[in-house]
Amino acid sequence: MGALKTKNLTFIQGAFQINQLSLAIEEGKMTAIVGPNGSGKSTLLKLFARLYKAEAGEILLKDLPITQIGRKEFSKKITMLLQSKETFPNITVEELVSYGRTPHQKGLSRMNKEDREILEWALHECQLMSYKDRMLHTLSGGELQRARIAMALAQKTEVLLLDEPTTYLDITHVMELMELMKKINQKYGMTIVMVLHELSFAGAYCDNLVVMKKGSVYKAGNPQDILTSKLLEEVYEIDAMIKYENSFPMIIPNKKNW
Amino acid sequence: MDVSERKNRRIVVIITLLVLLIVAIYTGLSLGAVKVNLSQILQVLKGNGEEVYETIIYNLRLPRIIIGLLVGACLAASGALLQGVMKNPLADPGIIGVSAGGGLAAILTMVIFPAYSYLLPFIAFIGAFTATICIYLFAWDKGASPVKIVLAGVAMNALLGAMTNGVMVLYSDRIQSVIGWLSGGLNGRGWYHVEIIFPYAIVMLLLSFFTIKPMNILILGDESAKLLGQNVEWIRLVIILLASFLAGIAVSVAGLIGFVGLVVPHMIRLLIGEDYRYLLPYSIVGGAVLVVLADTVARTAFDPIELPVGILLAALGAPFFIILLRKRRIV
Repeated sequence: MGALKTKNLTFIQGAFQINQLSLAIEEGKMTAIVGPNGSGKSTLLKLFARLYKAEAGEILLKDLPITQIGRKEFSKKITMLLQSKETFPNITVEELVSYGRTPHQKGLSRMNKEDREILEWALHECQLMSYKDRMLHTLSGGELQRARIAMALAQKTEVLLLDEPTTYLDITHVMELMELMKKINQKYGMTIVMVLHELSFAGAYCDNLVVMKKGSVYKAGNPQDILTSKLLEEVYEIDAMIKYENSFPMIIPNKKNW
Repeated sequence: MDVSERKNRRIVVIITLLVLLIVAIYTGLSLGAVKVNLSQILQVLKGNGEEVYETIIYNLRLPRIIIGLLVGACLAASGALLQGVMKNPLADPGIIGVSAGGGLAAILTMVIFPAYSYLLPFIAFIGAFTATICIYLFAWDKGASPVKIVLAGVAMNALLGAMTNGVMVLYSDRIQSVIGWLSGGLNGRGWYHVEIIFPYAIVMLLLSFFTIKPMNILILGDESAKLLGQNVEWIRLVIILLASFLAGIAVSVAGLIGFVGLVVPHMIRLLIGEDYRYLLPYSIVGGAVLVVLADTVARTAFDPIELPVGILLAALGAPFFIILLRKRRIV
């Protein structure tokens, strides 16, 4: 059973369109959506999160069309880490993470005991306990990203979508983030879907890859099966080979001679 | 600003504001053509003051101070809400035409249907709200960008100003009373005006506290707010309604007082950050203090001439506005 399924999903935005896309995201697995810039990865993620509305076709969450789920209920099932922006409110890590409890709170009520426990849990999982009183603008890129993930975790959803979570991070923090997501995925069986640019990390950490090209799915499946030189040529238009070292795929492009 | 500094600042700023509030009320009661000292004020308030002081304090200065407090509080709250909800630090009801909408509606009522003056807060609200919605619609293109809102608002402000002038020309025989009102002043305001706005102002200010949580969520951005299960469009509409009503209340008794809605929330934001749990109540107190202090200065500094407080506030607000633009510390 797929956690998320699309049926003939169509979405048009100016010249760009997602056309008749059908896809299943496996439940409890970590899936990476990859593809060149402008292939529709982020758009697909935003359609999953109901930030965009599809022109035609539907998206099912455990066989229920997402359009039939109430606003608040939906935010307890799916959330998304948006591409990081430059500006953040001038608040502490703990305050940011506690926003994640909003969908679970009634009206204007404050945090209850359960909210606090989940807040602590999210901070703990993201190793942010010692940072909780730090102001956001004093954090490094990696720490800020962890704080944002903790906020998403505090929302206690079944599905977590992440839009380019590793952009602007150095390799140490990319590693750290991928390890964190893998841990959450393994420990709690959370369905994780992330848009990634680093094919190697996507291949190494994710159970499934969805390769997109020009608004459609070019290929989907196990990384070992689909990460091939042929794919790199047809999707990214580069001439490269792929080597596996300790199940870590390495892409070695053939440099052009000028 | 770290977390302990932020906490200290919140305490220092609110204490300062409350001290200033007391100073504003005291000087407002005490200063003027006739100076009244503290013991005389206390005696009047106890009900056994000298008759001349009783007239001055009770009939002239006290109602005027109450109106100043309410007007300032409403304008500052309106500005704080508009700035957050329109994601624009320049969204002051006086700059983007919200007050002008209320003003036009109020002037039309005063010159054409003077019998309905008791409905002024409500009528000014309708005008302010209509102006707000128009600005929003003009600026809308799959969401309203901050720059477009300000530009549409400035255009709206000019248009409404022109219409107001047109009404004044057409009804030039009836505008004597309107002119003073138009420049934004508290001159001659008494208990009658307190009665008109008091219930509206209190209810709307109390309602504004219900917006604190949604406002704080909107700070994260529209998409984040949606991911947290919020109905962003609805929240925005309700808050705009409330902000226009607050601006309309102020306009209905005090005319076009500008810059309070811009300056006060900004100062507070620079001092303590944008958490609406603090920003909103602090702005309300700050607005009240500013208008009462400015009104006292306006009516005493150029004795025997009483300057409308709106003129003084614009004279103070305009330079502040320019500094704000130059510093670009606009959140």
